[in-house]
Amino acid sequence: MGRGRSRLFSDLTLALLLAATALPFLWQLLTSFKPEADLLRLPPFLPERWSLEHYATVLAHPGLARALINSTGICLIATLLALGVGALAAYPLARTPLRGQRLWLAGILGASLLPVIALVSPLYLGIRLLGLRDTWLALILPYLALSLPLTVWLLTAFLRELPREVEEAARLDGCSRFGILWRILLPLAAPGLFSTGVIIFVFNWNEFLLALTFTATDASRTVPVALALFPGIHEVPWGDLAAASIVVSLPPLALILGFHRWVVRGLTLGVLGQR
Amino acid sequence: MTRRPGAWPFLLPAVVVLGAIQLYPTLAVFWLSLERRIPVFEVAEFVGLANYRFLLEDPRFWQALGTTAYFTVVSVGLELLWGGGIALLLHRRRRLRGLLLAGFLLPWALPGVVSAKMFEWLLYPDGGLVNSLLGAAGGPAGINWLGDPAWAIHAVILADAWRTTPFVLLLVLAGLELIPHEVHEAAAVDGAGRWRGFVHVTLPLLAPVLGVALLIRTIDALRVFDVIYVLTGGGPAGTTETLTVYAYRTFFGTLQFGYGAALAVATLLAALILAGGYLRLVAPATRPAAEGA
Repeated sequence: MGRGRSRLFSDLTLALLLAATALPFLWQLLTSFKPEADLLRLPPFLPERWSLEHYATVLAHPGLARALINSTGICLIATLLALGVGALAAYPLARTPLRGQRLWLAGILGASLLPVIALVSPLYLGIRLLGLRDTWLALILPYLALSLPLTVWLLTAFLRELPREVEEAARLDGCSRFGILWRILLPLAAPGLFSTGVIIFVFNWNEFLLALTFTATDASRTVPVALALFPGIHEVPWGDLAAASIVVSLPPLALILGFHRWVVRGLTLGVLGQR
Repeated sequence: MTRRPGAWPFLLPAVVVLGAIQLYPTLAVFWLSLERRIPVFEVAEFVGLANYRFLLEDPRFWQALGTTAYFTVVSVGLELLWGGGIALLLHRRRRLRGLLLAGFLLPWALPGVVSAKMFEWLLYPDGGLVNSLLGAAGGPAGINWLGDPAWAIHAVILADAWRTTPFVLLLVLAGLELIPHEVHEAAAVDGAGRWRGFVHVTLPLLAPVLGVALLIRTIDALRVFDVIYVLTGGGPAGTTETLTVYAYRTFFGTLQFGYGAALAVATLLAALILAGGYLRLVAPATRPAAEGA
């Protein structure tokens, strides 16, 4: 096979694979713009008339609007807390000759392998006991804990990348260790903090099991739960569901696609331990 | 630099959070599995190993275990082939690569619930895209994909693999970048041929990365919940009910916290055994991120 033909072959294969990957999403996107009456009539596959009726329904739906607020608040707070707690823990793990360092990191990573189903019942009982059910806190705390292992792991890798000299210089200037972390290392590791934040925000945004269990009303319901429970009393409202799916997917999509280079670098460094 | 005693103030918050919200519940679930516990009615009595004795003779448990194993093996296999294949194709190109990569990553950003809703609509028997295309092509009409036990498990596998393949793609692509360029070229010069070069040169060098991807994805597939809960709810006739879905329904459907805990412990043990097995296989070949800088 000639080089040119082989290139063409690989281009065509890639294009087909990309089309297959995008198809479920594109179909949902097309569906969200189809008027209700045309939904179950195929062909035509493309909308003959583009309509925003489903988006109007979905955005006027109080439960979903509220769920977007809940998800944004819960995930933002959990992410910031995880970055704070994670950066503190990552500092000695990355920058000092700590005894049992590998054991610490292995233990922290091991925590992320625990199936959530093993945690959910004791957490549920604890949350009931504390009267936290159906509050933001009932999700913020577990999300903080669940994203902490990956956060520590990634931030350790990022902090380790920084040159030792900056730290030494600051220490000679009489800077405390907390000051070194806060004023010197974290600003230098800002891209790493940011990509870590993006990754865990998206994981938390998409979490379903705990959100389903610990929420009961619009007061704390997050978007995956609101979408799973989206009202369909007589028939499944496919058009509204499609529009709702697109709306709740926009924040994670924008974050991952907008910052995909950073996310890729973060995961490669953190998971494979390589730059 | 001498060892400083003061790492604890920095580690303490993380240790408290992980201890209270990961370690404590994991230990508590073992205790819970030794009880008959129905929270709403305030029933709590110690019953020893009764829940485990029941579990061993519970056909629904064995079916869920089998379903979980099948789901895990098929979906991870699919992800490796699909994600690895795309990575190999993407690896050699420079033009438009960022854009293509972003396109392939798209499903990974979506919530599992969204993936489930998308496939539910694609597979809708009367008027969904798949059956309409089949009909137009003169294929069989009106297959009830999610209602037929033979199809339903594969539908949920597809919905899950679609969303998780990009993760495997990312790792394999990163692994390929780590292999020095000369190695690929040397193999080509030796006239090893594409396929033999791949099997004898690329694949062994890629093994550690494949191991890590396999470990992470296997553990993740083992605890799958959202796609199945939303797409089939475990049906039809329990054929898509995995361990996590069964345990969840035991907890929050029938409120049997004791037996649910026994099921959760079984899931936990399965994850630990698999992780332990993988680490034995993979660890010697991997340069872990934990290695000193």
